Amino acid sequence: MYPLESAGPLGPLLPEHLSELVVGLILFALIWLIMAKKVVPGFERTYQQRDDAIRGGIERAERAQTEAEAALAQYNAQLAGAEQEASQIRDQARAASAQVQAEARLKAEAEADRVLAGARTQLEADRAHAMSELRGQIGGLATDLAGKILGEVLTEDERARRTVDRFIADLETTS
Amino acid sequence: MGPGGFSLIPLEGGPPEFGVSAFESRPLFPSQIWLESSGQQAAWTDVWVTNHIAQAVIGAALVIGFWLLVSRRPKIVPGKRQFVGEYLYEMIRNGVARSIIGPQYRRYLPYLLALFSFILVNNLFGQFFLFMFPTFSKIGFAWGLAAASWILYNGVGVKRYGLIKYFSKMTMPHGVPKPLLILVAPLEFISNFLVRPLTLGLRLFANLFAGHLVIMVFVVGGSWLLWSTKASSPDYSPIWNLAGGLSLLMSLAVFAIELLVGCLQAYIFTVLTAQYVSSSLAEEH
Repeated sequence: MYPLESAGPLGPLLPEHLSELVVGLILFALIWLIMAKKVVPGFERTYQQRDDAIRGGIERAERAQTEAEAALAQYNAQLAGAEQEASQIRDQARAASAQVQAEARLKAEAEADRVLAGARTQLEADRAHAMSELRGQIGGLATDLAGKILGEVLTEDERARRTVDRFIADLETTS
Repeated sequence: MGPGGFSLIPLEGGPPEFGVSAFESRPLFPSQIWLESSGQQAAWTDVWVTNHIAQAVIGAALVIGFWLLVSRRPKIVPGKRQFVGEYLYEMIRNGVARSIIGPQYRRYLPYLLALFSFILVNNLFGQFFLFMFPTFSKIGFAWGLAAASWILYNGVGVKRYGLIKYFSKMTMPHGVPKPLLILVAPLEFISNFLVRPLTLGLRLFANLFAGHLVIMVFVVGGSWLLWSTKASSPDYSPIWNLAGGLSLLMSLAVFAIELLVGCLQAYIFTVLTAQYVSSSLAEEH
């Protein structure tokens, strides 16, 4: 055993060896240095990164939400546009069909008119033809008849024709 | 005490030494063994390479190793290793530095962390096998840290306010009537510049010194009583053995209390240092 260097009135209140104080301070300074240079900056950097990551995550979520909202609005707008377009197409189709119908009716009416007119002219022509034919035949018949009745042959053409004509004219006015 | 020289206090028969002498440092490599030529002259290693110096070095190495390990390759989402480190780190960072010093805590955080972990590990050595001795029950270590904290809080104040303004701020509190300053100023001077470092060092030392002494009384004294026989003392009684066994059992409770005291003293030293730094920085109010 070695005697206490500090053996005096203060007893254990003074360091036994100065080495305690010196070595203690050196060790403490060493720990302090490593704390200041390595440990504390390391932890603080991690906290900063964590903070940024959390804040960045919130920002990302907010951005995603606004994007989703924009997409929803776009879809809604597209949907409304499509509905409008469909109703437009429907209206157009309705209008087109009405037009087609009207055109067909017009065409049919025109056709009918034409057919009617054709028939009427045909009829007229037939009638005129029949008339002129009849006129000839009736003339002959009448003269024959008249000749038979009168007993004389109405051979005199000029007179016969006049008679026939008068007869026919009478016939026409009565008919 | 009782009839027939019956005694409960065995003073004779060579009980083991467990007084102040048990706190003496032993050279790790006693010079007498390998330095025959040095004679009576003690070699420098007898003073500078002792068991207590060695355990302080081991304590510092453990502290440095621990912090480097837990702060290595930090991740944003911490693993178990990093979580333990962050838990302790934030205890000092948020619980001591930020709450006491305020927004400028970042500058003093390394000092406080080093202080807390160095004291804590060395205090726990008091209950740790291999060492079984709290390093700060050697007062030299405690004075060293007290001096470091004294230099820190005064240095911070002088740097902030200048020597004269800081001195007057610390000795003449604002709002004290002029005539009273004759009384107050010396008291403030003694309190802020002398009592603070003295109590800082003494509190740490005395708690651990006394704690280790109590542990030795219970463990060394108890085991001596437990195993003492008729041969060791003329007025032996079996009550000695009983008392020895009881005191060994009681030592478990003392160990538990000493664990608490060791943690508490490390924390108190750190909190008070932060408090002193904060008072040096504080604006006059």
